[in-house]
Amino acid sequence: MDTETGDLTVRVTQAGPIPLDAAFRCAPGELLALVGPSGSGKTTLLRAIAGLYRPAEGDIRCAGETWFASAGQRWTRPQQRRVGLVFQDYALFPHLDARANVMVALGQLPVAERRPVAEAWLARVRLEGLGGRLPGELSGGQRQRVALARALARQPRVLLLDEPFSAVDQVTRRRLQRELALLREEIRIPIVLVTHDLDEAAALADRLCVLHAGRSLQQAPAEALFRRPASPEVARLLDRHNVFAGTVVADEAGRRRLQWGPWRLEVAEGLEGLSPGQRLAWYLPNSDIVLHRRGRPSRGERENPVTGRVSEMAILGGMASVALAFDHCDDTLRFEIATHAARRNGLARGETATVSLLASGIHLMPQASLSREEPAHARDA
Amino acid sequence: MDWPALWVSLRLAALTSLLLIPLGLWLGRALALARFRARPLCEALVALPLVMPPTVLGFYLMQSFGQQAPFGAVWASLTGTTLNFTFSGILLASLVANLPFAVQPIQRAFEAIPANLREAAWCCGLSPWQTLWRIELPLVWPGLVSALALTFAHTLGEFGVILMVGGAIDGETRTLAIAIYDRVQAFDEQGAALMSAMLLLVSFMTIGVVYGLSGRSRRRRHGH
Repeated sequence: MDTETGDLTVRVTQAGPIPLDAAFRCAPGELLALVGPSGSGKTTLLRAIAGLYRPAEGDIRCAGETWFASAGQRWTRPQQRRVGLVFQDYALFPHLDARANVMVALGQLPVAERRPVAEAWLARVRLEGLGGRLPGELSGGQRQRVALARALARQPRVLLLDEPFSAVDQVTRRRLQRELALLREEIRIPIVLVTHDLDEAAALADRLCVLHAGRSLQQAPAEALFRRPASPEVARLLDRHNVFAGTVVADEAGRRRLQWGPWRLEVAEGLEGLSPGQRLAWYLPNSDIVLHRRGRPSRGERENPVTGRVSEMAILGGMASVALAFDHCDDTLRFEIATHAARRNGLARGETATVSLLASGIHLMPQASLSREEPAHARDA
Repeated sequence: MDWPALWVSLRLAALTSLLLIPLGLWLGRALALARFRARPLCEALVALPLVMPPTVLGFYLMQSFGQQAPFGAVWASLTGTTLNFTFSGILLASLVANLPFAVQPIQRAFEAIPANLREAAWCCGLSPWQTLWRIELPLVWPGLVSALALTFAHTLGEFGVILMVGGAIDGETRTLAIAIYDRVQAFDEQGAALMSAMLLLVSFMTIGVVYGLSGRSRRRRHGH
């Protein structure tokens, strides 16, 4: 499986019928997840890489080959691209057994070698002895493995996975995800995973590329993305709460602070160089919200303490999701704490609670995109 | 038993089916897959013989086969023969009359193939021809068998169109269906009964073969 490999680079733009404005790169051995809501163009981009969809403009290169270049009128047919594509519903050939499905992708080999090689691929995806079964006789997880074996058997230069875990039950999904994580260590080609499941993307991918309405908004490792979204729009797409608007102010000593309602928040970085009066969007991951203990001093309680009223408390097993409302605005601060800690601190709907907003967690973003996204947000609600 | 008539009927049915299958494959696939503006018009034209009274269809065919009509004239200049009252004429008429029986089952079968199977085949490296041969044809096989059987059985029973175009020339255009009518007209009910039984048997066998073949491929696909 030592396919000669290289980076996959994609840059496509078009006004319609499906609007696209995306650019990303994926290195050999790297797993890039394209995430975004349905209709964000994820699958279209995957199809463009495979050669099944021709965008209006841009270029797609892989392993040193140019598969698409609108400037030079270049377009390589899917047959010539050497792409391994696992379709969402697997697209196995229903009239061919598992072995024959894999053999279809082995056209480059002499006829006599195809059967043993197909058997070997099935064994690699742990389907020994099931080669004679038709797709209709296999479980969902087994079908997905046949699809994966078929995609890899072609010795592809890039592996494309379109929501490969969406059609199986949760237990099977976990197992297949584990197997993909192991398989990754053996194949040194770029892997592009399309998913709408953020947890799946965060667990499997080295980097995430966030898409919305065909635009690629940000690419980063999951942790960086969840702590430092590039815009309120990205934060919203990543299902992050706690995105608010604030104003830059100067305190008595001339230090920059972030005014949010009655509070002047200390921010670890990003405020220097900004002029007072400037409006900003800011975001705080809920891991950086620390609940003050009742009647006793708590860690970091002098750091940005804010007091609100518990407007909602949902207990989800061991964790409680708490929403704090404030008098000064309609903003709701959300955080999660262990259910027993919530109980011990007497948190309940209507009670007041004080939390510290850790200065190092506060992430500043341009305000413009916040106001632009507000109508969309309201529409979704 | 009118053996020459049975022979004309069987020859007509077999040739019509064999010639219509390639045409039905091409047309059925095009109608199922291609997106073009004239598609509803094409589908309506293909289906027209289904709803037209056979005598009306036969009348128009007879008219266009005549040497005064452009089509008949071209045919005559190319082959030196005429179409009306000949076996070639009833064969051509039969091809037109049976077009929907051949095209529609094949079109439905192609429509039932998920689009991504074709794309998966391309991603596996199969050319469009290989995709047709190795993926699409095996999947439309039941539709193909239906088309073959429907065309065959329907041609055996065709009466109005054949009579209008071919008349009833012994050994040339008199089919079994027409021979039965002639026998009834001549009060030979026993002869008519014998030939009717023969047609019933052949039709039943044809349909039986269809259900057998498509049933077997269905069972195999679903693994029971």
